[in-house]
Amino acid sequence: MTLAGDWPPTAGPAALHERARMLAAIRAFFAERGVLEVETPLIGAHAVTDPHIDCVPVADPSGGAGPSMYLQSSPEYAMKRLLAAGSGAIFQVARAFRMGERGRLHNPEFSLLEWYRPGFDHHRLMDEVAELAGVVLADRPVQHLSYQAAFEKHVGLDPFSCETAAMRSVALDRLPGAPELGEDRDAWLDLLMGELVAPALGHGAMTFVYDYPASQAALARLVESNPTRAARFELFIDGWEIANGFHELGDARAQRRRFEADQARRRARGGEAPGIDERLLAALEAGLPDCAGVAVGLDRLLMLVTGASRIDEVLAFPVERS
Amino acid sequence: MATYSTNEFKGGLKIMLDGDPYTIVENEFVKPGKGQAFNRVKVRNLKTGRVLEKTFKSGDSVEAADVMETDMQYLYNDGEYWYFMDPQSFEQVGAPATIVGDAAKWMKEQDTCTVVLWNGEPISVDPPAHVNLTVTQTDPGLRGDTSSGGSKPATLETGAVVQVPLFIEEGEVLRVDTRKGEYISRAKE
Repeated sequence: MTLAGDWPPTAGPAALHERARMLAAIRAFFAERGVLEVETPLIGAHAVTDPHIDCVPVADPSGGAGPSMYLQSSPEYAMKRLLAAGSGAIFQVARAFRMGERGRLHNPEFSLLEWYRPGFDHHRLMDEVAELAGVVLADRPVQHLSYQAAFEKHVGLDPFSCETAAMRSVALDRLPGAPELGEDRDAWLDLLMGELVAPALGHGAMTFVYDYPASQAALARLVESNPTRAARFELFIDGWEIANGFHELGDARAQRRRFEADQARRRARGGEAPGIDERLLAALEAGLPDCAGVAVGLDRLLMLVTGASRIDEVLAFPVERS
Repeated sequence: MATYSTNEFKGGLKIMLDGDPYTIVENEFVKPGKGQAFNRVKVRNLKTGRVLEKTFKSGDSVEAADVMETDMQYLYNDGEYWYFMDPQSFEQVGAPATIVGDAAKWMKEQDTCTVVLWNGEPISVDPPAHVNLTVTQTDPGLRGDTSSGGSKPATLETGAVVQVPLFIEEGEVLRVDTRKGEYISRAKE
């Protein structure tokens, strides 16, 4: 028998202590504001339909011969069911799982802080995210930039009106070895956002990017005054995506159409399309309070606290050592 | 045709790009939370050594390169081809002078070299990092000078010329760094 040389944690003791301090600070922050801590299942009957998020299938833990279940990619659907049942403001520190996401800033199992605020829109929630981040990190100036302004500034194109050909030529010009993405407009936006815009955001600051293209609305409602925009925001610090939030879509029918569109996109790519979570849609039908919600990547936040450059430096045991 | 998916990417994986074999030097996974994932890689062309960057849409597949890095024993050359033998199978391959290139000036018969085979054909040859070679020609040094920092050229048995300290004489065996082309020390017997 050989001794496994990779038994020790990849995070040092300082990172372990900073994590405990961060979690205590977060719980104190919400306790002070009367936001209720909740827990929801890590294993759920449904996978999300998001075209670019794959859930990890697991056996039905009740022991039956039922179909496989899924480690949850976020606690969002279950928390919305609590909101529809009248929970009021809630938060959760949850583990989330995403198949195949492994790299310098990714581990397939990671920690999310997710919270929901009835009565808030996405702008008011951005302010609260900044306050929370300010408690965990040293204070930084806060900036707000529309998706359009951020894209125009760092890519030189209007993301709402430019042709895909224009995005291709910027990519070929500024990204050596850029892939060919055809007419997939959102893929070009993601490539340029990920390679040219995000890395330039939030240096020495907290930069919120808001009002995403409606095609990337996910579970956000559309902006009333301009339905080409989704009431969605992301927070970038030191070039890293830290949080993603929505003024939540409460319309069950519109949500069903989006899920169906996701399924169609997945099938068009030759993949399987997960079934729709009917319990979530029933909860929306019963009535989701007007609210905004956000998910914060706690591992990355901790990387900022400790000055780490790889997520492994703040995880006790990344997937290869689990 | 064997292929690799981007989620199998890691340093050292051998893939085909535009008809040439490459090895992955670095692989970075880039993904907006809700968006399309990409793998940004640095790859080295195994024929030319040139390093370039390339971004793949995650989930795409790339053709695998049938490339093997093997340790082979250098046997001899006929001026046109340099012949190597696999010490396990005794199989021999001939590498043309254009492939062997500068490696030739460090190789002595029976040295173990790293030969990269693509579809069974050699595409690159690297000499051992350190070799021992005999000095065949060098001017006499200054008598008694064993410490002053001066140096002089010395020709080695393989034809390579390296700068050596003044006290080195013809017939001595030297340890040489082939990557830098530099003298390290006298070889210990």
